[in-house]
Amino acid sequence: MTRYSSVLDLIGETPMVDVSALSPNPNVKIWTKLEGRNPAGSVKDRVALSLVEQAEADGILVPGAPDQILIEPSSGNTGIALAMVCRMKGYHLKVVLPTNVSIERRQLLEVFGAEIIESPGSEGSNGAVRMARGLAAEHPEWVFLYQYANPANPKAHYEHTGPEIFADVPEITHFVAGLGTSGTLLGVGRYLKEQNPDIQVWAIEPPTGEMVDGLRNLDDGYIPPIFADLGGAEILDRKTVVRPRESIEWTRKMTELGLFVGISSGAIMAGAVRCASQIPEGQAATIVTIACDDGWKYLSTGAWTDDIDTVVDRASKVIYF
Amino acid sequence: MPVSIRLPTVLRPQVGGQATVQIEGSTIGEVLSTLVAEHPGLSGQVIAEDGALNKFVNIYVNDDDVRYLQQLDTPVADGDEVSILPAVAGGAN
Repeated sequence: MTRYSSVLDLIGETPMVDVSALSPNPNVKIWTKLEGRNPAGSVKDRVALSLVEQAEADGILVPGAPDQILIEPSSGNTGIALAMVCRMKGYHLKVVLPTNVSIERRQLLEVFGAEIIESPGSEGSNGAVRMARGLAAEHPEWVFLYQYANPANPKAHYEHTGPEIFADVPEITHFVAGLGTSGTLLGVGRYLKEQNPDIQVWAIEPPTGEMVDGLRNLDDGYIPPIFADLGGAEILDRKTVVRPRESIEWTRKMTELGLFVGISSGAIMAGAVRCASQIPEGQAATIVTIACDDGWKYLSTGAWTDDIDTVVDRASKVIYF
Repeated sequence: MPVSIRLPTVLRPQVGGQATVQIEGSTIGEVLSTLVAEHPGLSGQVIAEDGALNKFVNIYVNDDDVRYLQQLDTPVADGDEVSILPAVAGGAN
């Protein structure tokens, strides 16, 4: 099908590309799913559509009714995707955005007419979540879809991303993805383990860096409610941190294969390479990773063009996951 | 054999303001027990009263979360870097 009645119909069914040329182990194949092909540019298009459509099905949002306001914390991609969906459906979106995200993320929110409420960069995503929860409590008339706690987030991946991956790469042995809200890992991970319980699920995290220095006590720590509610600890087999230097290096290496992807995709690729290097000699494996978005939103960070030490220093101060 | 333990800002006052301490031990459990014995102010912060890891704390050995290795039985060796970090939302992507 090449004719679509709505941009929303373009969400999902993203292509899978062989990146085994970057595998350190000749017996391990690596595939990456290009989520940057979604219309608002990231894997979060799937989540935004699922959150809004579930709210409409539940009667929380009413298509066409006036003055409906949504509020959501986001370091970028969920906000951008929600802004696009809300623009099309006539809802007003307020996004609580940490100050230290790339300028392109901020501009894209404005492109789709979202209102930005700034949260302190030093508090990272935790600070944005905290502020959004506070504002939602003060304004019960606003709709708070809360991607960190909404089962419609992992559901999008359980019903679509997971089945797409298994249909394209049924020989998959390992799934490697980024850990933010945990929606991708929970939804895809659960679906894949139902098809084959031997499939290993690896979570890749960015270092928390200066963000945790803003925490006043350990109870300021945050575990996404969906992670706890949906048995995240049982779905994950491994959780590992990839640092900014490795993330940038692999983001650059992916251009050798013609792939211009975002910095979190480089981090996830670095994690996949680490996973491949730990497969015992003589054992075959097939890793599938997610390339969450394309590189456009990160050009201002100089990630591909500036001196690597400068870029790493800069990346340590912005949220790129 | 000592391993290096990096502490988050929020716990540093309990260890005299140091960012990193050197502790002997062959598993994460041993290392954390010694850490708490030497710095009683950390009692109840990293390990909960039931003896399990505090759920809002993540412990990493060379960047791998020990919850998905062998938990408190995860082995450590000379020169390993252990980080204690509060759980945070990794980013909303």
